[in-house]
Amino acid sequence: MFATLSDRLTSTFKNLRSRGRLSEADIDATVREIRRALLDADVAVPVVREFAAAVRERALSVEVSGALNPAQQVVKIVNEELVAILGGEGQRGLALAKNPPTVIMLAGLQGAGKTTLAGKLALHLKEKGHTPLLVAADLQRPNAVTQLKVVGERAGAPVYAPHSGVAGEDEVPTGDPVAVARAGVETARSREHDVVIIDTAGRLGVDAELMAQARDIRDATQPDEVLFVIDAMIGQDAVATANAFAEGVDFTGVVLSKLDGDARGGAALSVARVTGRPILFASTGEKLTDFEAFHPDRMASRILDM
Amino acid sequence: LSRDHLSEDDWDELEETLLLADVGAGPSAGLIDALRTQVRVHGVSDPVQVRAMLRSALLDLVDPSLDRSLATDPTLGEDGARVPSVVLVVGVNGTGKTTTVGKLARVLVAEGSDVVLGAADTFRAAAADQLETWGSRVGVPVVRSHKDGADPAAVAFDAVRHGRTEDVDVVLVDTAGRLQNKSGLMDELGKIRRVIEKEAPLREVLLVLDATTGQNGLMQARVFGEVAGVTGIVLTKLDGTAKGGIVVAVQRELGVPVKLVGLGEGPDDLAPFEPEAFVDGLLGD
Ligand SMILES: Nc1nc2c(ncn2[C@@H]2O[C@H](COP(=O)(O)OP(=O)(O)OP(=O)(O)O)[C@@H](O)[C@H]2O)c(=O)[nH]1
Ligand SMILES: Nc1nc2c(ncn2[C@@H]2O[C@H](COP(=O)(O)OP(=O)(O)OP(=O)(O)O)[C@@H](O)[C@H]2O)c(=O)[nH]1
Ligand SMILES: [K+]
Ligand SMILES: [Mg+2]
Ligand SMILES: [Mg+2]
Repeated sequence: MFATLSDRLTSTFKNLRSRGRLSEADIDATVREIRRALLDADVAVPVVREFAAAVRERALSVEVSGALNPAQQVVKIVNEELVAILGGEGQRGLALAKNPPTVIMLAGLQGAGKTTLAGKLALHLKEKGHTPLLVAADLQRPNAVTQLKVVGERAGAPVYAPHSGVAGEDEVPTGDPVAVARAGVETARSREHDVVIIDTAGRLGVDAELMAQARDIRDATQPDEVLFVIDAMIGQDAVATANAFAEGVDFTGVVLSKLDGDARGGAALSVARVTGRPILFASTGEKLTDFEAFHPDRMASRILDM
Repeated sequence: LSRDHLSEDDWDELEETLLLADVGAGPSAGLIDALRTQVRVHGVSDPVQVRAMLRSALLDLVDPSLDRSLATDPTLGEDGARVPSVVLVVGVNGTGKTTTVGKLARVLVAEGSDVVLGAADTFRAAAADQLETWGSRVGVPVVRSHKDGADPAAVAFDAVRHGRTEDVDVVLVDTAGRLQNKSGLMDELGKIRRVIEKEAPLREVLLVLDATTGQNGLMQARVFGEVAGVTGIVLTKLDGTAKGGIVVAVQRELGVPVKLVGLGEGPDDLAPFEPEAFVDGLLGD
């Protein structure tokens, strides 16, 4: 759909090769191309603004004017800056509790991929020798509990689900998600599960009531990780949403979902930049095995379409 | 040409308003360039007036004159028998398809229509159960398979067949979420469509777009439009902070209008799309 940034920069620099050094006007043209590429990739406007300024400064410096191939040098700078924001070279794994059970709480907008991720995490942890328990604390979305039970079965992990939530004729959900989450952790402790994964209902950043409920779940269960699940297809709303969840549940890490699509995923950059929380994992499909560590360098290339 | 009296910062701010609403870099630049020309030609200097001009340009793009009604009235077959209107609901994962089917059934029932739902998502965990809950919520039957991974086209066919034999007015078919770059899943959608059309004409194919979606929405529209023959867009989750500006480009790309908006998770949270309110939302007014 969009010409790649490399293509565009190469054409910007076309007439320049012979001269071998960049004028300020060349740099401005370059920064405009970079800005456009980032916007096309859904990077948040304030992040683009800040990023473009930083790149401009570095590009004006000696490191570019002296370079043999200024175009490539600029791309390299852009790439480096992106990777740095996205978390540099190494990503940490899950923080495990010294005194089990480790509690992992999932949070995010509606439809982001939380329940699916619960199954993926369970499978991933089982393969590492853990004994995860899933906790059904979404009593709101129709058949969320049923969905988690199916997912748990597929992962081979038990599900703590004392209430069926909204299902069948039961229009009004029974049970309190906070109480379920708390009891889930107690159950894990007594049955000697070393990890608890709490699935919660999707909620909007602006929904004060539901955000307070999420905070109550957090306070009641004292999670070792609160993972914010965000859809890679999200656009400019990423900032408002990430900030709302950072403030609301103070998440400790991010999982980027649906990366198997063809979205460029600029939201990754926005979320990492505005919240400063690490992106830990990527969800890359509907199957429970479609789950991997997040790679900042691959993400940078993807955002830049290189 | 006289220069306009807005500063570069003013123009940047206007453009950022559009960008922040997910209108997209290309369309936003286009709108602002056209506006700058217009402002110069007409010698406008009042920023409030410039904003009003932008609003009107956006409204032109969204086009209030488009027919946004749904074709949900039954038709007559060659044999003179009534054939239900079939509505197919498609889109990427998690946008709100199943919820929209439930809400739409509620609206149709309230209008006095006889409705049946088809659970042609046989893939996602508990998808058919979720639709059944919606069915009992709004009091309409659901045709489903109890086998995981059953052929979704067969379920869709059964639902439409059931709709015909029971002489209902509308059959709403829910499908599994699928990313447009998965060709196997897109082929499956093409098959669902063809199989339905053997039994009854497909009157509406609704593409459900999540308002939080950024520029990828355009790719979604392109591929779903090709494979499924989209006739209308449903813009969900407008109750959040997202503006849904990508639909401006999507409407233009597909040549079909946004017909409905989703404003929450409850059965009554579906509304007709209102161009003026939408544009005001984009501009943050
Ligand atoms: N292609 C793809 N689909 C995914 C991925 N993760 C989740 N999904 C799908 O996205 C849809 C929503 O996933 P859920 O796990 O139900 O999302 P959720 O956040 O629990 O949704 P709510 O509970 O309604 O807020 C489902 O169709 C999933 O199969 C992914 O990484 N790739
Ligand atoms: N706030 C809000 N949430 C919505 C809206 N529409 C749907 N949802 C929620 O979004 C989530 C996903 O909705 P579904 O109807 O399951 O989406 P889907 O497209 O059928 O998902 P898949 O079948 O898994 O692809 C659920 O938690 C819904 O309650 C809306 O207009 N506003
Ligand atoms: K909104
Ligand atoms: Mg869920
Ligand atoms: Mg569904």
